[in-house]
Amino acid sequence: MIATARITQKELEVMRLRDPKIVVASLNHVRKTYGQIEALKNVDLAVRQGELLALLGPNGAGKTTAVKLLLGLAKPTAGSVNVFGGDPVDARVRMRTGAMLQVAKVPETLRVREHIDLFSSYYSAPLPLSETLAIAGLEPIANRKFGELSGGQRQRVLFALAICGNPNLLFLDEPTVGLDVEARRLLWDQIRKLLSKGKTILLTTHYLQEADALATRVVVINRGAIIAEGTPSEIKAQTAGKQIRCVTSLSIETVRRMYGVLEVRRDREALEIKATEAEPVLRELLDGDRSISGIEVASAGLEEAFLALTTEDNSQQKALRGN
Amino acid sequence: MATTLAPLTSVIPLPQFSRNLFIYLKEAKYEFLKYLRIPIYSLSTVLFPVMFYVLFGLLMGRHGSAGQIGVSTYLVATYGTFGVMGASLFANGVGIASERGLGWMQVKRASPMPPFAYFFAKFVVSMIFSSMIILLLLTSGILFGGVHITFLSALRLLATLVVGAIPFCAMGLAIGYFAGPNSAPAMVNMIYLPLSFASGLWFPIEALPGFLQKIATLLPPYHLAQLALQIVGGGRHGSNSTHWEFLAGFTLLCLGIARIGFQRDEGKTYG
Repeated sequence: MIATARITQKELEVMRLRDPKIVVASLNHVRKTYGQIEALKNVDLAVRQGELLALLGPNGAGKTTAVKLLLGLAKPTAGSVNVFGGDPVDARVRMRTGAMLQVAKVPETLRVREHIDLFSSYYSAPLPLSETLAIAGLEPIANRKFGELSGGQRQRVLFALAICGNPNLLFLDEPTVGLDVEARRLLWDQIRKLLSKGKTILLTTHYLQEADALATRVVVINRGAIIAEGTPSEIKAQTAGKQIRCVTSLSIETVRRMYGVLEVRRDREALEIKATEAEPVLRELLDGDRSISGIEVASAGLEEAFLALTTEDNSQQKALRGN
Repeated sequence: MATTLAPLTSVIPLPQFSRNLFIYLKEAKYEFLKYLRIPIYSLSTVLFPVMFYVLFGLLMGRHGSAGQIGVSTYLVATYGTFGVMGASLFANGVGIASERGLGWMQVKRASPMPPFAYFFAKFVVSMIFSSMIILLLLTSGILFGGVHITFLSALRLLATLVVGAIPFCAMGLAIGYFAGPNSAPAMVNMIYLPLSFASGLWFPIEALPGFLQKIATLLPPYHLAQLALQIVGGGRHGSNSTHWEFLAGFTLLCLGIARIGFQRDEGKTYG
C-alpha cells in the first residue's frame, strides 16, 4: 500500500526471493558418522530463503560435513536432507545450487576463462562469461592458467565456478580461508552483492568476525552439535565480555562472588577477571581494595568470546541449545 | 523450526540429449587441452613408445625378423599396444586418483555436470592420445622401417588399438578409485611396465622364457597385442574372438571394481 509505485520490478523480485518463511535447504535430525567418528549428532538446520546463514565453528566442528550433506556429496547416517523440496543429488536441484568447496588442487593447465566456460555449460541458464568474470573480479586474469594464479585469485576462480550458473542457493565452505585482509574484503563485497540480489547463501567460517560482517543469521556448531543460534549481535551478546587485569590483595573467591564475574584466573602476581561488564566489577574492586594497582581493562576479543562459547561447551560435554 | 519447504517451482526440465552431448564434447575438449598442456603427460606418453620404437625397431631391429614378419613391423603393433596402455592408465589412473584425493572431483560432483561426462572425457582423451601414438609409429615405420601395410590394414590397426584403449581406461578407473593421489603414479608404473614386458610388447613373445609365455595369455595387453599383430600378419594363435572376449571380460571386471570404489567414496571424509 505504501508507495508501491516506487518499488521497482527488480526490488519486488528481490523481496519475493527473501521470504524467510520458506526453507530452501534443511538437515532434519541428521546424524553422520565416519567410522568411529561422529561428525554430526542429531542436527537440525534450516536455510531460509534470501538469508545469509553463517555456520560458525572451529575446525572439525562438522561444518564441512553439513555442507557436503546439503550438496549430496555424502549421505546422512540417519535423518534426512532436503534441498528445494528434493534430494540434493537430483540434477534439477543441482541446477539451482552452486558450491565453493575447499579443494587442494585444481587442474592447473586450464585458463580461468576455460574453467568458467566449462562449468557454465553444466547449467541451463548460466550468466554470460563476461558477467561472471566481472562479478568475481577476474577480467584482467581471464586468460591466465590456474597454476599461475595467487592464492586470492585462485579462491576467486572457485567463487566464479560457484556463481557462474546463476544459482539461487550458494554454498561457500570457508571461502576466505588463507586469504590476506584485502582479498578477504574483496570477496566479502562480492558475497554481499549476491545477497542483495536475493540469493540464499550458506557460508561456513571459523572467524566470528566474518560471520559478523556478512551474516543475517548465525548458527554456532561445535563437536557436531548446534550450540547457539541467532543474529550476529545476539551471538556476540551471548559471548562478549570484558577482561580486567589487576594486582590486588583480594582473594580469588571474593572476586569470583562479585556481580557479573564469569571467571577469575591468577596470572603471576595479577588476577585476570572475565566479566560481562567492566564497570560494576571495577567499582567493587576499588571499594574492596584500596591498594589495588595496575588495572587494565580490555574487550574480550571476538575470537576469545567465540572460544569461550565453544570451550564452555567442550567442558560441559553437552550441547546447550540457544536461541 | 519452519517446516515449509520451497517447492521445485520453476522446475528446470532435465537436460535434453543434445544439450548433454554438448557438455560431453566440451568436457572432452578441455580434458584434452588439460593433458596436452602437461608436458610430463603428453610428452612421456606419446614420445616414449615412439622413441623405443625408433631405437629397437628402426635402429637395432631394422633387418631382424619376429616370426613371419620383420621386427620393425612387429613392434609397430606391440609398441602401439604399449602406448595405448600408457596413455589410458596415466590419464585415468593417475588423473582420477589425484582429482579424487585432492578435492577437485568433489567440486565437479557438486555441480550439475552429468556424471558420465567426466569419465567420457577421460576415455576420449586416452583414445586421442592413443591415436597420436599409433599414427606416429605407423608413419615412422613406413618411412624408415620398411613396413609394408595397406591403407585399409593401417586403418584397421588404428581402430583396433583405439578401441583396445577401453579396457585400459577401465583399469585406470579402478586404480584411480583405490590409489591415493601420491601413490598412483608409482602404482601405475608398477603395473604398466612388468605387464608390458610379460605380454611381449618389448620383445617378441617367443623370446621370453616358457613360463612367462604361459602367463602372458592371462594378461590383457597380450590379447590386444595379438589382435594388432594379426592385422600386420604376425599373430600367434588363438582366434580373434577369444581375444576380444578376454578384453571385454577384463573391462567389465575393472568397471565393477571401480564402481565399488565410487560407492565407497560416498562414505569417506573426502568423498
